[in-house]
Amino acid sequence: MSLSLLQYDFIQNALAAGLLAGIACGVVGTYVVVRRMVFISGGLSHATFGGIGMAYYLGFNPLTGALLFAVLGALGIGAASQKTRLSEDTTIGVLWASGMALGVVFVGLASGYAPDLFSYLFGNILTVQRGELLTMLALDAVILATVFVFYKEFLAVSFDEEFTRVEGVPARALDLLLLGLVALTIVTVIRVVGIVLVIALLTIPPAIARYYTSSLSRMMLLSSIIGVALSVAGLTLSYALNIASGATIILLGSLTLLVVLATQRLRFRSNGT
Amino acid sequence: MASITWEQAPRTGNVLEVDHVSFSYGATPVLEDVNLILQDGDFLGIIGPNGGGKSTLLKIILGLIQPTHGSVRVWGQAPERSSHRIGYVPQHTTFDRRFPINVWDVVMTGRLSRSHMLKPYTEEDRLKARDSLETVGMLPLQHRPIGELSGGQQQRALIARALVRDPSLLLLDEAMAAVDPSGQEDMYALLDQLSKRMSIMMVSHNLSAISTYVDKVACLNQRLYYHGSKEISAEDIQAAYGCPVELLAHGAPHRVLRRHE
Repeated sequence: MSLSLLQYDFIQNALAAGLLAGIACGVVGTYVVVRRMVFISGGLSHATFGGIGMAYYLGFNPLTGALLFAVLGALGIGAASQKTRLSEDTTIGVLWASGMALGVVFVGLASGYAPDLFSYLFGNILTVQRGELLTMLALDAVILATVFVFYKEFLAVSFDEEFTRVEGVPARALDLLLLGLVALTIVTVIRVVGIVLVIALLTIPPAIARYYTSSLSRMMLLSSIIGVALSVAGLTLSYALNIASGATIILLGSLTLLVVLATQRLRFRSNGT
Repeated sequence: MASITWEQAPRTGNVLEVDHVSFSYGATPVLEDVNLILQDGDFLGIIGPNGGGKSTLLKIILGLIQPTHGSVRVWGQAPERSSHRIGYVPQHTTFDRRFPINVWDVVMTGRLSRSHMLKPYTEEDRLKARDSLETVGMLPLQHRPIGELSGGQQQRALIARALVRDPSLLLLDEAMAAVDPSGQEDMYALLDQLSKRMSIMMVSHNLSAISTYVDKVACLNQRLYYHGSKEISAEDIQAAYGCPVELLAHGAPHRVLRRHE
């Protein structure tokens, strides 16, 4: 990206959005990957479409609607796993589809058509507004502060939940809190890659980072750097080629992961024989 | 043993009392009328086939699940209230080997408790962790990622995590399953050493995994066959396993284990 582009507000906003999304995804995505919460994250992100549709219909900020539904969805999954006999993946499947369905109904009810609906589904980093950046900044701050405060408890619960429960640590509450952080992260990232592609930004950077460290905190740091780098590089590439930014970021990530896998394999082979 | 403080055990000197405990998952009975008393300093081995209810019994003693009938007292109290004095060593298969954590951090998680939340680890926590790692012989490997260790070393790390809690009772679930044959003698020696400091109860599906060091042996398959001693009869084993156990054929018929000197 040539330097002259940096003077444009929308480019500055896009870079800031990439930074904030990359950090949130790197930190929370690390938990998602090591705790195998990928499917739950997918369910939550799709459920937020219900909130976005509702916001369109009632005329308030779609990100607020998404936040509401993400947090309610997290609480719902937590409650269902403790109070019902539904298995967790069933609950997630129901939440996933119902949220989407609700969103479709709301959007249909709203008069006229929703011009930027597509950008909530697949992201458009170039249209992020300053107000949305402030929301993202606030969410990032909450996420980082929570992880800082509960780092050792989250580590213990993620590593061996049963043992943590025996210790008298409120493992279920911590689980729910972690799910809440996933919800906040999804909202942070929606404007960048969209609800359909959120899972990729949550999982690809930690999946790459895992090959280079065996410490959870370093995995978070490395994932964040990778996430930011992917966002900025994807943004640049999409601008240069005039293609969708969210999809470019994700495809760049997938490609990077493939390259990492291939080099790891080569290295393993040359060491192994 | 000085590990019991009598203020905390007003009713009885028994470490553990399992009183007419039954448990079922829906209509499927897992435990039926299990009675067991563990006294201070005991080293009890419980053997039984897979699915015989060993892990369920452990979970009830730990307060993770409630018995359908009967009660469990640990130092005369409900399990949840005594769990800070229990060191639990789960099967080493319960965690993900690729989890990014090193031995030191695993052991430190043993220092957590409800009252410890929101506070950083203290110097005392670190001293305990160092002590425990030394006891199990893992201090030189403290920086190793858990996934790069052998099964026996992982087991030692999990024992160290239990020991940092200064337990008076150590519960081990299939502690020998991950240990290769050449390391088993060392592991028994470690448990023997620990049994001088605390009461120990270990469960295993493998008859030979219960070492010559244990003082008492029980057999569990839904029901518990236990005479408060080290000897179990061929009839007990057959009753528990539901068939003649091959191991008896090449051991002495009425004594599964060598005499404890």
